[in-house]
Amino acid sequence: MTSSRENDKEKLRSVSVDLNNDSSLLIDIPDALCERDKVKFTVHTKTTLSSFQKPDFSVSRQHEDFIWLHDTLVETEDYAGLIIPPAPPKPDFESPREKMHKLGDGEATMTKEEYTKMKQELEAEYLAVFKKTVQVHEVFLQRLSSHPVFSKDRNFQIFLEYDQDLSVRRKNAKEMFGGFFKNMVKTADEVIISGIKEVDDFFEQEKTFLLDYYSKIKDSTAKAEKMTRSHKNVADDYIHVSATLNSMCAEDNTALKVHLEKFADLLEKLRKVEGRVASDQELKLTELLRYYMRDIQAAKDLLYRRARALANYENSNKALDKARLKSKDIAQAEEHQQQCLQKFDKLSESCKKELTSFKGRRVVAFRKNLIEMAELEIKHAKNSVSLLQGCIDMLNSN
Amino acid sequence: MATSSERTPPPFPETEDMDVDTEIEDLESNESEYTLEDGIGPETDANNVPDDIFSGSPTGNVSNPIMDSVIKSDTDAINELDEQPFDTAPKEEPNEAPDNNSFWTPLGTDVSKPEDGGKNPLMDPGESDMCTPDQSSAEDFLSESVAKPLAEWELETDSDPTNELTREAENDLIGEPVSDCEDIPVVDISHESVSVVSEPLFKEPLSEVTEPPVCDDDVSELLSEPVSVVSEPLFKEPLSDVTEPPVCDDDFSELLSEPVSDCEDIPVVDVISHESVSVVSEPLFKEPLSDVTEPPVCDDFSELLSEPVSVVSEPLFKEPLSDVTEPPVCDDDFSELLSEPASDCKDIPVVDVIHESVSVDSVIKSDTDAINELDEQPIDTAPKEEPNKAPDNNSFWTPLSTDVTEPPVCDDFSELLSEPVSVVSEPLFKEPLSDVTEPPVCDDDFSELLSEPASKQHKALFSDPPDDIFSEMLNCKDKQQSSVFSAASVDMLCLEAENAPITGPLSDDTKHPPSECVMRPTSPAANPDSSSDSRPRDEEEEQDIFAEATVELSLDSPAIARKRVEPSRLLTPASSTSASSNISKQQPKMLEELEEEDKFELNVSVTNPEKVGEGMNAYMAYRVSTQTTLPMFKRKAFEVRRRFSDFLGMYEKLSEKLSQNGYIVPPPPEKSFLGMTKMKVGKEDPSSVEFVEKRRAALERFLQKVLCHPTLLQDPDVREFLEREELPRAVNTQTFSGAGFLKIINRATEAVSKMTIKMNESDVWFEEKLQEVEGEDQQLRKLHAMVDSLVNHRKDLSAHTAMFAKSIGMLGSSEDNTALSRALCQLAEVEDKIEQLHQEQAGNDFFIFAELLADYIRLLGAVRGCFDQRMKMWQRWQEAQNMLQKKREVEAKLLWANKPEKLQLAKDEITEWEAKVTQYERDFERISATVRKEVIRFEKEKAKDFKKQTLKYLQVLVNSQQQLIKYWEAFLPEAKAIA
Repeated sequence: MTSSRENDKEKLRSVSVDLNNDSSLLIDIPDALCERDKVKFTVHTKTTLSSFQKPDFSVSRQHEDFIWLHDTLVETEDYAGLIIPPAPPKPDFESPREKMHKLGDGEATMTKEEYTKMKQELEAEYLAVFKKTVQVHEVFLQRLSSHPVFSKDRNFQIFLEYDQDLSVRRKNAKEMFGGFFKNMVKTADEVIISGIKEVDDFFEQEKTFLLDYYSKIKDSTAKAEKMTRSHKNVADDYIHVSATLNSMCAEDNTALKVHLEKFADLLEKLRKVEGRVASDQELKLTELLRYYMRDIQAAKDLLYRRARALANYENSNKALDKARLKSKDIAQAEEHQQQCLQKFDKLSESCKKELTSFKGRRVVAFRKNLIEMAELEIKHAKNSVSLLQGCIDMLNSN
Repeated sequence: MATSSERTPPPFPETEDMDVDTEIEDLESNESEYTLEDGIGPETDANNVPDDIFSGSPTGNVSNPIMDSVIKSDTDAINELDEQPFDTAPKEEPNEAPDNNSFWTPLGTDVSKPEDGGKNPLMDPGESDMCTPDQSSAEDFLSESVAKPLAEWELETDSDPTNELTREAENDLIGEPVSDCEDIPVVDISHESVSVVSEPLFKEPLSEVTEPPVCDDDVSELLSEPVSVVSEPLFKEPLSDVTEPPVCDDDFSELLSEPVSDCEDIPVVDVISHESVSVVSEPLFKEPLSDVTEPPVCDDFSELLSEPVSVVSEPLFKEPLSDVTEPPVCDDDFSELLSEPASDCKDIPVVDVIHESVSVDSVIKSDTDAINELDEQPIDTAPKEEPNKAPDNNSFWTPLSTDVTEPPVCDDFSELLSEPVSVVSEPLFKEPLSDVTEPPVCDDDFSELLSEPASKQHKALFSDPPDDIFSEMLNCKDKQQSSVFSAASVDMLCLEAENAPITGPLSDDTKHPPSECVMRPTSPAANPDSSSDSRPRDEEEEQDIFAEATVELSLDSPAIARKRVEPSRLLTPASSTSASSNISKQQPKMLEELEEEDKFELNVSVTNPEKVGEGMNAYMAYRVSTQTTLPMFKRKAFEVRRRFSDFLGMYEKLSEKLSQNGYIVPPPPEKSFLGMTKMKVGKEDPSSVEFVEKRRAALERFLQKVLCHPTLLQDPDVREFLEREELPRAVNTQTFSGAGFLKIINRATEAVSKMTIKMNESDVWFEEKLQEVEGEDQQLRKLHAMVDSLVNHRKDLSAHTAMFAKSIGMLGSSEDNTALSRALCQLAEVEDKIEQLHQEQAGNDFFIFAELLADYIRLLGAVRGCFDQRMKMWQRWQEAQNMLQKKREVEAKLLWANKPEKLQLAKDEITEWEAKVTQYERDFERISATVRKEVIRFEKEKAKDFKKQTLKYLQVLVNSQQQLIKYWEAFLPEAKAIA
């Protein structure tokens, strides 16, 4: 497991983000290399844009590089009015690794066959996690590339093109703390500025909606995760049952042997189907919810930035009033006030645009995923039925 | 003869013997008369023969005893022959009892002691029959004889015989004695009046017969053996009837049916041939009779009958005896022994009959006695059967006579047999006269032939029942046979008007206060007697005998079951003749048919759990409703209310009776203190409801499993449980009662002893099976744990799906896009339904799959219990062998030391232990056969169950997946409608 290559061209775009098919900049991650904790993604770019030196190139990037890219985008003042695509989550191979350890511990209590199957199952799970990780990173880049503004971002282009190690510094402790502190301030700030009267109904509405929606979707995501996990457990139980049945058959010499063998075979097949159901649910439903949870967080951040701008404008208004009262530095204050207003207006405008497009994007994504999920569910259920029916017929004919 | 009779006492100079003699004096006086009459040349021959037989024993004593025995045997011969059965029967019981002597004693007693023991017993019957005057005395005798029983008898007999017999016997238990017997009898026959010879032969056979019974744990063995033994037939029959009917395994029914047919055919032929020979035929008949009787006994139900019948037929034709005997032998050990003895017996009897009829008064007397005996025999036999177990030696002897008579009875089916019997009776009995003939007739009820010679009255009484029984049995062939039997028996008993279900059939029980299930069966034989007016006197005596006998029988009853099983198997293989082979082939088919039919005939369901009472005394009552077409039930449908402890109580009763015989009694669901407490507290929460449902289902399955078992179905306790309105409160089922603790302690000690027992398994099958069972137990436990976790995970899934459905519903309500909002709400609904589906599936996982496994884990426990029981039997046998070894060493030392007084004692002990060893060995073999059969049956049932349940489970899975498809298909358009 130390190194595993993922080379699947036909990746399921589980999180469909409705990328506009702008062929001027196409990005994918065809390959990824996992070394211990580090995952190296091969980012492949195909472009017609003149800003790139070559039309086709690949670089190797780590997760930290993605984070760096995201942070630079967030910190770029110009992008304050945009929904910054959520940074991909840190690759998490802990859970399959842990399971692998547990499996190793429990090896004695299992038959060899059972162990092999469980190991296969875990490897498959690990691979799935791996793929998912690659995918979220890819989606992040694709969202940037499909965005008219972000695709022109200098940092983004460097990220794609620079063929050396970006050698992004890992955040040191101070920065980590700083980030944490910033978050605190932001939260406190959100509370403070929440008192500011909203001037635009649209944003007022959007704000309440996003807040509400965020909490709901967060809950749903957690529940969906639990559901898919228990579904996986059920599928795993089929393995054990089937394996135990098989070992029973090995010792049984009666007529029952054949019967039980068939039954065990069926369970083995069923668990594959059941496992598919679980992983498809995970991919189509849980991942969708999770992604939009993060996306909504990004939208919320956008709203915060706008609200901050609004607060700044309010403050500048007050400052202007004070200046006028004192008849001092009026011009400066006026200028500042104008700047703030301008900034706020600009922010509001782009924010409105972003939010609207976000809404459309979300609905489309939900639609697509729900349809796909329903279809997959039907497919799997039909598969099970035919397996079961076949087995019943076979057993009956015996 | 008088001299001979006088001689007899001398041989038994020993104190014990003396006592007996004194006691017997009265009898002897009577006997002396007979003896005089009987006095025939054969005695000398007989003496010689016995010597030869016992040749091993150099002691003069031996010869004397033999002589005596022979002499007496002549007089007694009749008596003995007639009585022999009695003796054997009693011995059988003794055998069962700790008395080892009984085994040998039978031989010894038969040969040597016939005088003492034989006399008494013989005398009794003879007296009662012959000399009405002595009735009172006879009764006394009987009572005394019974009371003193076997022990005295045995001891005395043993002492003499032991010397002779023991040596021979010592080496080979049954086999040698038999051989000896054979030799002697043959010689005797050739020489002179067969009567003498016959006696020895019979004696031996009897002894053998008796032994087998002894060996057989209880009833079962006795029955089977007796059956095998010619003389015992009467006993056997009654016993078999009694025991077997209840026991009646389905298998038997089939066997019976087939065998019967075979038997009939053969017998007919034989009879014809025999008839021509008349004299010869008689002996044959006697033998056949014995055989016949045996069959009936064994089988009431099927296997025994079938086998015996076949045997009988064979014997008649070929060498009836050997064949016949062998079949009876069915029990492995017995078979050889029996076969030999049987052959001997046959030869002898035939010869004897001829001779007797022709020659001596004694013969006549014997005939008269025989008649008496025969007449009495039936009566006696019935009683004797019980008595057999009981100490009554008399009863034993009577059996011989009874044998003759019995055969007819046995043969209800075979007219041929009956005819032969009649023929025989005529020639033999001619002089003996009507009396003799009559008795046989009585027995033969069925047999028209018999009826002719015999008193028609008897016929009337008996004839009906036997015919019915047979016809029914044949027709039914079903497992129901038992029921049929019972019914038949009931009919027969009608006079007595007993309602007793299966066991009940035996009229005897009804008559006699001590009506136990086991007892009852035996009674049938008695009934005929009772029915016959001519035997009122006997009846009285019989009653006493019966009473005692019954008690003993009851104890033995469990054993009967085993025997049945074994005989069936053994018999089939044993029967070498074509007929037998046919039977054996047919048997399996029949069995299968029977089993199949069985399924339809009984449906039981446990429904409507209802809480009765309040607080800590509250309990759940379940409605147990039964629908059946089985004739053994009075109604077609009925229902009763039972509580959990009633189920436990029934199980306890069953397991007490049957587990130790190697039967697999399905265990009930475990107690659940927590569940009960919850229920009592009255919380109507889901877990409590689930608990009750779980238990209800488990109880239903438990009951169905019990009823599925042919042997258990026949158990009166089961039927009582199903039918009786009010059941006495089951005691000792409470966890915290004293009995509960006792059980725990017992279990612990058993576990410890189990660990200490090291058994070197002689039978690879058992070794493999036990390993298989243990491996399977482990696998099942593991599988159960897996399925359990599947159930739990599925429950989790269901719960999580419910939560997700709720959550996604909330999300949908927050969604500002109407189409998406709608779709999300739809998704919530779909998930809700899926949650239901998962929940149902979890329930199905549990009830169809997990509970099946749990049931079989418990059942495997019961199976292992069977193996443990078998091991215990083996251990007992081994210990007895060790003991015997020690005793022999002691004897050798005493011989060396030249201490004659102690030597006798040591010999007695050796005889005793030899008997025990034989008995235990047979016990062990019987339980081995039962366990084997039960395990095979269990495996068959298991395969059936698993197939059924897995199919059901798969079907349920299909249904749930189809539902899933429906749900998602309904959702799909909603998802597509999102704009």
